[in-house]
Amino acid sequence: MTESLLSILILVGAIFTLIGSLGLARLQDFYTRLHGPTKATTLGVGSLLIASSIYFSTHNEGLSLHEVLVTIFLFITAPVSAHLLAKAALHLKLKTLAAPPTQDQEK
Amino acid sequence: MLDWVIPIAYGLVGLAFVLSFYRLLRGPDAPDRILALDTLYVNTIALFVLLGIDLGSAIYFESALLIAMMGFVGTIALSKYLLRGDIIE
Repeated sequence: MTESLLSILILVGAIFTLIGSLGLARLQDFYTRLHGPTKATTLGVGSLLIASSIYFSTHNEGLSLHEVLVTIFLFITAPVSAHLLAKAALHLKLKTLAAPPTQDQEK
Repeated sequence: MLDWVIPIAYGLVGLAFVLSFYRLLRGPDAPDRILALDTLYVNTIALFVLLGIDLGSAIYFESALLIAMMGFVGTIALSKYLLRGDIIE
């Protein structure tokens, strides 16, 4: 029972990590590329860390909570670094797929 | 069941590394490369967590935590440099 739960969590985590990097490699411009690593990969690593927490809680005696520390740290820092990267990209005026603003939006 | 899931997970995370390296080398702009580096840090954390489960050793979390912190600081410093042309003003 625990082993199948662990296997599902590990597979989901690895697949989401792969999807995040696939988005990073395949998407068209920087602003869309930013979505892949900051959302999919964070979810994938979070799932892997939960799997690891369950594994060490069941195989050793006592609760294993180191992983929660890494998870919380990752969930706090990923949006911050994504925000700063987006600001840097806007500052450098990278090309975007979005259409230029029309007259109404500019007002 | 865990015996064959973990090698598959190693393969998937390895593929994720290859894709991130492709973006790191290809560019085309500096923020793309910084984002690729950040993704590589997160992939490394995933790989270390998998190693920890596979080898049954809890020592890998300390290194995963260190990599998470250093990766965050590195990403912030590089973005700050692009934004301001200086890291500490």
